[in-house]
Parts: sequence; structure tokens; C-alpha cells
Amino acid sequence: MIEGILLGLKTALSFTNLFMVMFGCVIGTIIGMLPGLGPMTAIALMIPITYGFDPSTGLILMAGVYYGAVFGGSTSSILINAPGIPGTVATTFDGYPMAQQGKAGKALAIAAYSSFAGGTIAAIFLLIAAPMLSKVSLAFRSPDYFALMVLGLTAVSAFSAKDQFLKAIMMAVLGLMLATVGQDSLSDIPRFIFNSMSLADGISFILIAMAMFAMSEALMIIFRDKDPSKAVKAISFSELGSIRLDKEERNKMLKTIPRASVIGFLIGVLPGAGATIASFLAYGMEKNFVSKEEKEKFGKGSVHGLAAPETANNAACSGAFVPLLTLGIPGSGTTAVMLGALLAFGIQPGPRLYMTNPEVFWSVIMSMYIGMVILLILNLPLIPYIARLLAVPRNYLVPLILFFSVAGIYLISFNTFDIFLMIGLAVLACFLRLYNFPMPPLILAFVLGGMMEENLRRSLIISDGSFNFLWDRPLTAVILGGTILLVSWQVYKSFKK
Amino acid sequence: MKISTVKIISLLFFIFSAFYLYTAYQIRVFSFDEDAAFNAKTFPIYLGYFGMFIAGLKIALPEKTSEEVDQQFLNYKKTLVLILIMVIYGLTIRSVGFFLSTSLFLISSYYFLGERRWLRMFMLSFPFVAIFMFLIHGLLDIYLTDPILKSLGVIG
Repeated sequence: MIEGILLGLKTALSFTNLFMVMFGCVIGTIIGMLPGLGPMTAIALMIPITYGFDPSTGLILMAGVYYGAVFGGSTSSILINAPGIPGTVATTFDGYPMAQQGKAGKALAIAAYSSFAGGTIAAIFLLIAAPMLSKVSLAFRSPDYFALMVLGLTAVSAFSAKDQFLKAIMMAVLGLMLATVGQDSLSDIPRFIFNSMSLADGISFILIAMAMFAMSEALMIIFRDKDPSKAVKAISFSELGSIRLDKEERNKMLKTIPRASVIGFLIGVLPGAGATIASFLAYGMEKNFVSKEEKEKFGKGSVHGLAAPETANNAACSGAFVPLLTLGIPGSGTTAVMLGALLAFGIQPGPRLYMTNPEVFWSVIMSMYIGMVILLILNLPLIPYIARLLAVPRNYLVPLILFFSVAGIYLISFNTFDIFLMIGLAVLACFLRLYNFPMPPLILAFVLGGMMEENLRRSLIISDGSFNFLWDRPLTAVILGGTILLVSWQVYKSFKK
Repeated sequence: MKISTVKIISLLFFIFSAFYLYTAYQIRVFSFDEDAAFNAKTFPIYLGYFGMFIAGLKIALPEKTSEEVDQQFLNYKKTLVLILIMVIYGLTIRSVGFFLSTSLFLISSYYFLGERRWLRMFMLSFPFVAIFMFLIHGLLDIYLTDPILKSLGVIG
């Protein structure tokens, strides 16, 4: 492990990678702050930029954008009561009341310290857990992988939107269908290309990510007539108050951070859960841990109430890397985008990643520590100034996002068909979003589609066409049991209502 | 009886899945693969049936809460104009060239979204695209076809 850490440090501390982690954190923080634009949009916009990069550099940049966006999302939650991302909704419960009491600076400082601590502690857990799980996952066979992907898709569908399970499953099926366009990976037989050469190689992952997230979110800002910059303009940045914390506040944070880190990390590791559930769960659990007197302060500007979700959502981000790096199966839409990018780099994440590409594995983990320090520096003294940048009106913001989306895909394929396909998919995504059809299951299914078909193919061929492979191995049966439990829970919930 | 938009979307998805399934059955596999445990059309066929099943469930099950969207808060006009501008951008990017088509796309988008500060609009279009092209073409060495800039001798 020591060798790995040193290798990771060497790669992460190279000038290019240091610059990328810094750039990623700044861009992520800015995009994460903007209500409506989440980490998936931020990462999708980064993919064309990383195209010619070394895989480690590309992943380091995307990871920086990811936790930068989660970090940045808390700023708009605290200052304008508008969470930049779903993972920071719980931050508004105590962050915004604190800001209204004239303690916005303090709230931002608590959020920054908690995020830093949560992210750093979880990165240590990741350092320990990832190699261990990698070794365990070497025992996984095709049926187990197939079952795990089914579980991942079911979990993401179950948690991506409240009470929208069927809609989410429909989106996952659509993602799998889109993934089958192009040549069959084994026989090279063309499928669903309708005699178009532009579809012969399938639909590019970058195109799907840009269309479904970056472009459709930009169009949604116009369609719903929202201007995220309006609320930002109303803030008086000179009246944020002091960012210094007193001893009592520091002591409260010291109690909250360790437990929220553990909850956040564990939830992050689970497929489909992620930062949103982690932050809500940490908030709810923290309420049970504190004294009765402190409990009454929840929702009115409690230090515990702010520190818990902020710690947990950042810890969950690090946790989400565990299944991605060790099993090659992303647990969320955001890590699915990263998996797609890794595959585009020609890297197959999975249990052998840390043997075949140790520099990628370790440098990503080590860059997280560097990223956390950069984010702390960014979020404490510079946040009022960065927040001013958010006053960019949508009249400029939207065309620029659309330009980066179109140019991003055109510079990769030089094919105008891809531009029209992307516009078509973005329009479709706009309508689907309007009626609460969640997008994360679609992107996850699109990324997993090829691997899922491959593992099903192997399993069925080995079992001579019989579906016995689903329960022949205890591990497969246990994973599928988990999926059945999850589906049953969703059915029970809908009938209970 | 009013049918909700979500049910209409589900119905469209049902039809799409049926079409997908039909197309999956039309996939021509090698003759020796026809009776294999798994061939190029196996997975798409499963997906087609599953898609129809899920969409059918969504159509058949009653809706507990209304999921209709208040149409008066939606800005169709601006969105459609923006989509049209993007389509025109896609149509002209090769023939007119990256520089001019992108700059015009940006300036027209800013204008249609309500911006009227011409100097700012100009700065965030022509010079902005020039810098972007320099980064892409000059530094990253990605070739961009641009007949106008080529005729002016700016790029090779």
C-alpha cells in the first residue's frame, strides 16, 4: 500500500495534475453553486476537455469537479436558500437560518470545515477499503457482475427520484436500448442503425452525457424561465459576517464530523444512494445524537444541523468511488459519467484496475486530499468573491453552455449528424425532466449496457441457455435477493400510500 | 376523461418498445448463431419485452397525485427559437466554418434571450471564439475546417 501511496502522490503532485485538480475544484465550485446545474453537468462539460489527456489527469480533473460541485452547492444553499445540487438540500435547513441571523460567514466556514473533514476522513476510508474490496471482488464471476449491475440499476432507479420508481426504470430501459445501437461487440452484426453509417459505431457516451445533462439543463433554464443569477445579485457580500468560529462551535463540530463521515462514506459506497440520502440520513441521525436542548435548535441555525449534512455529502462522494474503482460498477449517475469517460480512455475499471493501472487508482485517491485542501482555501477566504461571479446572467450563461456542448461533440466526431442527434436527445430530455422522469438511471444504464450484455452472454453460454445461473452461485443469489428486496420495498411503499 | 401527460409519455414508450422489439427480431444473425443460447438479438429482445411491460404497468396503474405541469410558466417561444438557432448552427458549422458560425450562433442567442449590450455581446462572441479556436487549433493541434479563415490565410 505504501508503494501505491507514493506512486499516487508522485502522479498527483505533477504540475499538470496539480493544475487540473485546482481547475476542477474551481469550475466545480462555480457550477455547483448555480441552482439547477449539478455535478453531472459540470463533469459532462469537462469530458471533451479531457479527451486528449492521460487517463489519470482526466479522472483527477473530473473528480475535482465532482467534489468541487458538492462543496459549491452548499454556498447557494446557505446564502440564497437554493441548493445548487440535491445533495445540499439538507444544508439549507440550518445554513440558511444561520445566514438570516447575520452569520452567513460563520455558516460558510462551518460548511467548508465540515466538507473538508468529511472528504478527508472518507478519503482515508477509501484508501483502506478500495484495495481490500478489490481483492474480494476478484472472486466475482460473470453472473455476479450481471446481478450486481441489475442491483445497481434498480437502486439508482429507486433512489433517484421520490415515488418515481416506474418512471426511473423506464429511463433505465431507455438507456439500455440506446446502448444497443451500433455493432454487436462479439459478432460485429449491426443493430438499430437503420442504414446510417453515422450510427454504425453506436451512440457516443459523450453525446448522451452532454445532451441529457449539459444541454437539456441549459434549455430547461429558458423553458422554465428561471434566472439563477437573480437571487445571487440580491446578496450583500460585504455583510457576510465573520468566518471565525468560537470554541463552543468548534467542539460541536468535532463531535458531529466523525459520525457523519462514517454514515456518509457507508451510504456513498452503496449503489444508488449517494450524497443526497447521506446528507438527509446524517441530519436525521445527528438530531438523535445531540442533547434535547441542542435538538430544539435544529432548523433554526444549529451548528450540528449544518455540519452533519455537509460532512456526510462530501464523505459520500469519496465513498462513491469505491464501487467504481474496485468493481467497475458506478453507484450513481455522476460516477457513471466518470466510468464512461474511463472506458473512453481505454481503461477498464474493476478489481484489476489497481494492478493494471496503479497510477490511475492511487493518483485519484491521493488527489482527493490535495483537492480538499484546495477547496478549503477556496471556500474560506475567496467564497464571497467567487459567489460574485455567479451574477453572470442567463442570457450569457445558457448560450455558452450550449456552445460548449455543441463544440464539445463536434470537435470529437466532426460529424454534424451527432449535433442534430444531440439536439434531439436534449429536447426529449427536457420534456422527460418536466414530467419528473429522472435522468441518472438512463446514463447509468447506457454506460453499463455493454458490460451487462457481455456478462449475460457469458452467463447464459456457460449455463447452456438456462437461467439457473441466477441462483447457482450463493453470491449471485444474495445480490439478486437484495434487488428483489429493493423492488418489494418500492411496491410496498406505493401500495401503502 | 382526461388522460395525463405522463400516461401519454408511457404510451409512447410502449409503442417505442414495441417498435424496438420488432426491429430486434429483424436483426440478421449468422446462421450458425441462430439457435445459440445467446446471439446479437437476445438482449435487445429481452429489453423490448421488458420496456413494454414497464410502460404497460405505468399506463395501467392508477396515478396517486396529479403530475401535470402548469403550462403558463413555460417559455415555449424562447426555447423553440433557441433550438432553431442551434439547428442552424449545426447546418452551417461545416459550410460557413467554425469561427463565423459559432460567433453568429452566440451573438444571435444572446440577442434572442434579451441581451442588448452590443459591445459585451461582441466581446463574448468573435474574440471569445477566436481565443477558443487558438486554444483548440493552435495549442491542442485539433484541425478545424474553416473555409473562410482558410481563404483569408489565417489557418492552413
